[in-house]
Amino acid sequence: MADKPTRDGFGEGLVELGATHPQVVALSGDLEDSTRAIWFKQKYPDRFFSVGIAEQDMIGTAAGLAMAGKIPFACSFAEFVTGKTLEQLRMAVCYQRLNVKTVGSHGGLSVGADGATAEALEEFSHMRCLPHMTVIAPCDAVEAKKATIACADFPGPVFLRLGRNPVPTITKPEEPYRIGQANVVRDGADVTIVACGVLVQHALQAAESLAKEGIQARVINLHTIKPIDRAALAQAARDTGAIVTAEEHTVLGGLGGAVAEVIVQEHPVPMRFVGVMDRFGTSGDPAQLLKAFHLMPDDIAAAVRDVLKLKAVGSRA
Amino acid sequence: MTPVATGHVRQEHREERVMARPDVASLRRLAVDLRQDILRTIANAGSGHPGGSLSMVELLIGLYWYKLRHDPKRPDWPDRDLFLLSKGHGCPALYVVLATLGYFPKDELSTLRKYPTRLQGHPERGMLPGIEMSSGSLGQGLSMANGIALADRLDGRTRRVFCLMGDGELQEGQVWEAAMTGHHHKLDSVCAIIDANQLQQNGPVKQIQDIEPLPDKWRAFGWHVIEIDGHDIAKVLDAYDQADAVKGKPQAIIARTVKGKGVSFMELNHAWHGVAPKPDELEKALKELDAAKR
Repeated sequence: MADKPTRDGFGEGLVELGATHPQVVALSGDLEDSTRAIWFKQKYPDRFFSVGIAEQDMIGTAAGLAMAGKIPFACSFAEFVTGKTLEQLRMAVCYQRLNVKTVGSHGGLSVGADGATAEALEEFSHMRCLPHMTVIAPCDAVEAKKATIACADFPGPVFLRLGRNPVPTITKPEEPYRIGQANVVRDGADVTIVACGVLVQHALQAAESLAKEGIQARVINLHTIKPIDRAALAQAARDTGAIVTAEEHTVLGGLGGAVAEVIVQEHPVPMRFVGVMDRFGTSGDPAQLLKAFHLMPDDIAAAVRDVLKLKAVGSRA
Repeated sequence: MTPVATGHVRQEHREERVMARPDVASLRRLAVDLRQDILRTIANAGSGHPGGSLSMVELLIGLYWYKLRHDPKRPDWPDRDLFLLSKGHGCPALYVVLATLGYFPKDELSTLRKYPTRLQGHPERGMLPGIEMSSGSLGQGLSMANGIALADRLDGRTRRVFCLMGDGELQEGQVWEAAMTGHHHKLDSVCAIIDANQLQQNGPVKQIQDIEPLPDKWRAFGWHVIEIDGHDIAKVLDAYDQADAVKGKPQAIIARTVKGKGVSFMELNHAWHGVAPKPDELEKALKELDAAKR
């Protein structure tokens, strides 16, 4: 299957929801072309609302639509729709437990050349500490479409993180998808790699090269960062004894932090974090940036070798 | 408490709304009673915002005893008009109004701000009958009013959405984003009410950051502007009627009010923005208000 951006999967999913869910509406802060919400606008112009370049008002307006029974999808760049709007998401959406779906495309380094101001690297941390918020980061377009459709029937606030660039499709339409339920995409007994977004693909590549060294890595696609699948993570810690997390996001408080919070309480094992090391993004080709920020399969494999040393020390003690 | 018509229930659609004017003199007496209850409630809580609660009393009376289509016995009635309190710190006034109308037992007012209570220091939606929106973080209500109006338009609903804001609150940029949205989408079911009580926490609005000329600003943003003395009940009722008749654009009622209205030592004194009266101060305030009844 050809490479495809997760935002395209979202756009297709939203159009499908247009037909199946009359309460679904969409809002855009002048980025409907970038987020692919424009496909919904073209098909359902009456249910699409342009609110201008005003993200705070967009989230407030979405909250109002939800108060009146609609299922609004409020779409912009991941950075702007979570960063500028943290207070609106907190009081208007989460405190009121409203059925608002906040959609951020161009997440991570995928906006590349535009540089640091548009590169979202902190949204998982911001969003997951809001009570009642669900945080989802699909790994490919097929999963993004499933996630979008699942969102509509999942009551309450959701943040959906999408990427700009085409990524390999590694999931299949017929595979099960449930918000909050992690998918084990490769089994192994020596170590577990927990990843989301494009890093799931990188984790699988890392696992393949590790297998040649005799290291069998389990790979978990943790598409839902919150609510987190505690059982799957605890099982992985018990079965494999070491964990590496991988995300296109800061290592402070994101997927890695969320996994660590579970592991230290359920079954402590050595961990390593692959992610952006407490810094802003920068301009460049996105593929080049993933290398420069050490988010490639080789980086994950190196972290695995490193964590396995700790595991060995632990088992001798 | 002076008996007045309560729970003005109207079931007809907006177009057909013809309602009897309540007796203005009795509403004036009601305003004094409500002010006394507001002060008792805040004094009992030991903290709260008397100034901005007292300034909005006539604006609430005009809604809840006249303009608003609502039913205290059916707070979730789908076709009710909506009142959104964006200046959440004024909630003691709203709680007193709702309790007086029977949305919840009046003795529950004594639980304001005390754990565990349904009467949060700033209102929480879903916790207490009659509270339509959570607020307390300023500047957010008008966006939600617009969202409700957009949904209602899709659904063919004809209810009204009123949103009460403070004048200091208008310093929040989101208010003006929402003003643009209301204009762009021609949301004529939305009526913004500005309780322009002249003061904010640290002093006169004019000194903290001037927001005038308000009527020109709202007009420039495409809203139908009605400017009134917000303590003149007859003018308040007129303003709501006028706003109702406007088609094709949202309306902004700019109510010129006095922070701390009705209590001499609180009036236009920003020190009373967020401080509860002590027992002797309460007694003095209640006596002043008693005198206003005669």
